[in-house]
Order: sequence, then structure tokens, then C-alpha cells
Amino acid sequence: MVGLVWLLPALPLAGFLLLVFFGKRIGEPRAGWIGTGAVALSFVTACLVFVGLWGEPEHTYELSLFQWIPAGHFNVDIGILLDPLSMAMVLFITGIASLIHLYSIGYMHGDSRFPRFFTYLNLFVFSMLVLVLGNNLVLTFLGWEGVGACSYFLIAFWFEKEENASAGKKAFITNRVGDWGFMIAIFMTFFAFGTVTYTQFLPMAPGLAQTTATFIALMLFVGAIGKSAQIPLFIWLPDAMAGPTPVSALIHAATMVTAGVYLLVRVNPIIAASASWIPWMIAIVGCATAFLAATIALAQQDIKKVLAYSTVSQLGYMFLAIGVGGYSAAIFHMITHAFFKALLFLGAGSVIHGMHDEQDMRRMGALRKIMPVTAVTFIIGWLAIAGVPPFSGFWSKDDILAYALHKSPILYVFGLITALLTAFYMSRLVFRVFYGDARWGESAEGELANLNAHTATDAVESGDHADAHDDDHAHVGHGAVHPHESKWPMLVPLIVLAFFAAVAGVLNLPFTEHLEFLNRWLEPVVGENQAHLHLGGLQLTVELLISTTIALLGIFAAYMVYLKKKVDPRRIELPFFANGWYIDQGITAFMGGIGRKGFELIAMFDKVVIDGAVNGVGRATRGGASRLRAIENGYVRWYALMIGVGAVLIVAFVMTQVSF
Amino acid sequence: MGSNLSLAYLMLSAILFVIGGVGVLIRRNPLVMIMCVELMLNAVNLSFVTFGKMLDDISGQIIVFFVMVVAAAEVVVGLALIVAMARRRPGATADDLRTLRG
Repeated sequence: MVGLVWLLPALPLAGFLLLVFFGKRIGEPRAGWIGTGAVALSFVTACLVFVGLWGEPEHTYELSLFQWIPAGHFNVDIGILLDPLSMAMVLFITGIASLIHLYSIGYMHGDSRFPRFFTYLNLFVFSMLVLVLGNNLVLTFLGWEGVGACSYFLIAFWFEKEENASAGKKAFITNRVGDWGFMIAIFMTFFAFGTVTYTQFLPMAPGLAQTTATFIALMLFVGAIGKSAQIPLFIWLPDAMAGPTPVSALIHAATMVTAGVYLLVRVNPIIAASASWIPWMIAIVGCATAFLAATIALAQQDIKKVLAYSTVSQLGYMFLAIGVGGYSAAIFHMITHAFFKALLFLGAGSVIHGMHDEQDMRRMGALRKIMPVTAVTFIIGWLAIAGVPPFSGFWSKDDILAYALHKSPILYVFGLITALLTAFYMSRLVFRVFYGDARWGESAEGELANLNAHTATDAVESGDHADAHDDDHAHVGHGAVHPHESKWPMLVPLIVLAFFAAVAGVLNLPFTEHLEFLNRWLEPVVGENQAHLHLGGLQLTVELLISTTIALLGIFAAYMVYLKKKVDPRRIELPFFANGWYIDQGITAFMGGIGRKGFELIAMFDKVVIDGAVNGVGRATRGGASRLRAIENGYVRWYALMIGVGAVLIVAFVMTQVSF
Repeated sequence: MGSNLSLAYLMLSAILFVIGGVGVLIRRNPLVMIMCVELMLNAVNLSFVTFGKMLDDISGQIIVFFVMVVAAAEVVVGLALIVAMARRRPGATADDLRTLRG
């Protein structure tokens, strides 16, 4: 059964090809069902392959399909590497992608480009599977660029609005910076090992010179921070929320942004062979990103922006885990995060849909009575991300914190502060959306009047695609919002994801080694370089208690601020946080000032030296030609004379050379 | 055939060739130019025959047949062009046709 592995990427590719050529003719909703079916079949295949993989030695199976780039010593195959790591990735990618496809059928209902949406989604799933299944760096890079392109297409899906189009461009360009690092790393890997196939160069990594390994690891890290939105390249992810919500859930929360984490876990022998400051740097960048993004999330008013910064923050946790040697913890958190963050995004999508494309939390409230299913599933996701036992996020976050403490108490403390902030801002979101007073409809007119001018612009922005897919309630004005629960294609994924968000913790319970299924499963890939924890019963208990206390403290604080209103929220939601620490503005100011001068200098060089050389060649040719053309005067006799002269010259030449 | 006689034939051939060449170069009338080209071809034919006789080699005369066939074909094309030209622009000379100059 493991031989079926090639079907995994082939099915979404087939779906993509079918939709790209016949999508318009197939139309809504059948295009959606074809897209969903292709990915769901891929998930079924993944389950079959998973069963088959148990029979393979070391749970590893490599399949080379055909030669792709044979160029001297440089040989790249289209090949698949199925090992515990890629298997784990494939299972949750195809599973969550199937659910989100199903959800999209409901969410994108009535959109004028409905089939195209599923075309892109299928292409995305295909690229993502190529990324994780590729058996060499170049194939991974192909998938890496593929998901980047799909991300661009889908962020700018409603490109009629200038803002969405530029958000797509921002994501793409920021990712290019990371891709540059990844490319350098590929070149360097080939230079150092003579091959880019994982199973060939990774076992050689321990023998590598430390400087080379450090350089490769550094460049791979640059690639990873671009894709996984870490400091300083995280700025694109919040803007990426301009895309449709299922896209935010699938690409910008559950799968694509975890590609950087996947890459670093995949090359763990290289990180192990590099200088010791590389893991420290990864840990510190991850920790700083987690903290910074959590503070920004405190002050956001847009429900999707909160979740976006929360995603950045959780990705920071995964990087922290990699830096402190907890590779399996990083993958564990990646999987649980995929479940609960996809759930939260889809829940937010359901709310936005039900509120007629309203994204501002200041206009929500008390929605749990109107949207019971969304509310219950969302609350499960909230408890999971906040780290309340026994939900999944608690176990994975605690796993990471345990590794962090093993490395350094400072990292542990920052991790705990971030956990507190996470519990706080997620509770704030839930309380403001599902509890409290209803701040929509006629009853909220007075309160709406109090909102400042900033809100008014926000509201205009978030009311953008009302006409795109709300044909049945086009009359909606802000005074007359009638929230409603979503239909079943949107609710089923919520329920399934809520189930997994609740129980995914059993993948890796820390109590005994027998319960650490994921650790043991990933052993063949990361076992050698994983930090070894020996948690005594007492230490484990204390750590779990601290985490629980922190989570409950955060929730309680949010309860006091937002439901009991003991503290003015404005004392917490500082403008400094709301503006994302002014990082975007800082970059704009830098690029507009000093950066612009630099670029103008480079442009001058381009104009004078490069263009000068190119134009000089052109001008010389032109000048020479205009003189030469004088001999082409069009008189037949002139040509005849030239033929005669030529013949005489040739004969004269032959005469001098030949002796009779 | 004595060598003096052969020399005379070759001289005649050279004179005819030069007359034809000068005619092509200095005349403007396309019909006359074609006739001059024919004259040059026939001057060459004459030298071929003379050399064939001198060297006692039949191939000199065989080549002449080839030249005559090619010349006939060339005249067909040339005359067709001249007729077409005379119809479009009566009285035009070869120098008037210089549209393709550089």
C-alpha cells in the first residue's frame, strides 16, 4: 500500500488540471465538490499509506519517479521521501485541507469566481504535498515556491480592491527575501556534499566543517523565517488576512506557514553540526516573535488580525522548540496548532459570514445564542490555544516549555509570559464576540455613535466583499444587522476540528514513555539530535501546574477587564501595540528615506554603466551600418562591377597561392 | 589547328567578353543589358570550345551545351521581368529600379 504514495500529490494535481481547464463550465457548486473530492481522496490515500508505512524498515520509504535535472554531477530526481516526519505532515495537511475545502463550498457560495477559488486551493494542496514529500532540497523548493504563488493568488483573490492586491504583493515580496536564503542554502549544500537528496547528504552532516554547516543552517533559517513569519519578516502575515477566511485558515495558519518549521526539523543534522549560536539564535528569534506578536494581538480590533498575530506568536513557539532541541515538540505543536487555529479561523469565518462581512469585534457581542454551534466549537478552540488542560494546546505548549526550561530559564519565563498573553487576548476575543452585550442591530445605535473615526474607516474596509457573496441579503446596512448561524457544510468542519482540537493532546502525553506516541514515531528522523529530557514526576507536576495557573490567570484577567469591566481596556490596548510596535511604519520610513537614496544610487549605476554598455554597443553598430549602407545604392551596374572586381580579386589571390 | 589560330580565337573571345561586360556596366536599357550578358556568355562558350580543341578534350564542348541551356532559361526569366516592367512603368531604365537600396 505504501507504493500508492505518488497518488498523494497526483490527486490534487488532477483536480487542479480538471478545474483549470473546465472550471468555468463545471460551475458552482460542482467545482467545489470536485476540489473537495480530490483532496479527500488524497487524505484516504494518506491513511492507506500510513498503514503500509508500518511495515517498512525504520518507517521510511523512498520512491524515485523519474529523473528531472540531469546535469553533470548535479542530479535531481522527482522522488518521494516518506518517513515519519513527512507522514505526520501529510496526514494533517490532507485532513485539514479536506475539511477546509468542504467549508469553502459554503463560505464561497455565490462568489463570481467560485471555481477558480477551488482551482487555486487544489494547486496549493499539491504544492504543499510536493514540499513535504520531496526527497531533495530542490523539489522542496519547488513546492515552497508553489505554495508561495498560491498564497499570493489567494490573498489577492478579491483583487478588485487595491488593498487586497497590495497585501498579496507584500506577502510575495517579503517571502522572496526568505527564498533568497533558501536558494543560497541549496547551492551551498550542493557545493559541500555534491548532492541535494536528503537521504544522501543528511547522514554526512556530522562530518561537515562547522563553518560550512553554520552557513547552510543560517541560510536555511533565513528561508524559514520568511515562510513562517518570524522577526523580522513576519509583517506579511497579518496583511495576508485580506484573503478569504478559508485561505487564512488553510494557508496562513495550518499548513503553509509551518513549512519553515518543517524545513528546520528536516535538516536537524545540519543544525546539530553548526556552531552553538545557531540554535540559540533560532530559540531567541522564536521567543521574541512569540512575545512581540502576542502583545500586538492584545490591541487588535479586527477578529482576523487577532488570529493572525496569534498565528505568528504560535509559530514563534515552534521556532523556540527547534532552537532548544525539542524537534518532536515543534511538530507536536504544529499539529495541535493546525487543528485549533484552523478551527478558530473557520469559526471566525462563520462569525464574519453570519454578521454579513463584519470583522470588527466592536460591532459584535452576545453571539453565542444566535450561533450556538460556532460558539461551542470556537470556545473549544479558545481553551485549546489558551492552554487549559486537557485540551490539545496545553500539552503541546507545555512540551515546548519543558524543553525551553531545559535549555535556559529565561526562555522559559518568556514562554510563560507569552502563554499568559495568549490566554488573555484569546479570552478577550471570545468575550467580545460571543459574550457581553450585543453591539449590533438597532440596540447598539448609541454605542456605535461613540466609536471613533478610525472605526468608521475600518467598517468600510471590512464591508468590502458584501456584494461578492451575499446575494441573499444585499440590503444590509450597519444599523440592520441580523446575524445567523451558518449552513451545514461550514458547521461539519468546525465540529470535526473541534473534536481534534480537544483530544489531539493524546498524541504525546508526557506521563510515561509509552504515551509519547509522537516522540517515538519521529525517533528515526530527529532522535539523534533531540534534546533528552528526564522529567521526574515532581518536576512534571509542578510544570503542568504552573502552565495551568498561567492559562487560568490570563482568562481571569480578561474576564475582569472585558466582562466585569473593572479596568478600562484602553489601558491595555496601547496604540503602540495596536500599531504593531510601529514596525511597518519603521520599514516604510526607512525604505522611503535612506533606503530610497541607496536604491537611487544603484539605479544610477544601472543607468550609467550597465545601460551605457548596452546602448554603446547598439550605437556603434548603428553608426558603422549607416556608413556601410552607402555602398548599397541600388544600381544594377554597380553590383555588376562589384561582382567583376570580386572575381578579379579572387582570381588574383588564387594566382598568387597556386604555383603551376 | 595551329596555336596561332587558337590564340586568335581566345583573343576574340576576350574582346567579346569585355564588350559585353562594358555594355552591362554602361547601358541603361534592360533589354540591351540582357543582350550584353548573352554576349559575355557566348564569349566564354567560345573560349571553352577553343580550349577543348587545344587540349583535345570533349568536355569543353559538353560544358558549352550546359551554358547554352542555362542561358536560355535565364533569358526567359529576364525577358519576363522586362515585359512586366515595361507594362508597369513604360520607358523605365535599370537605374530607375532602386527601391531595394540600403
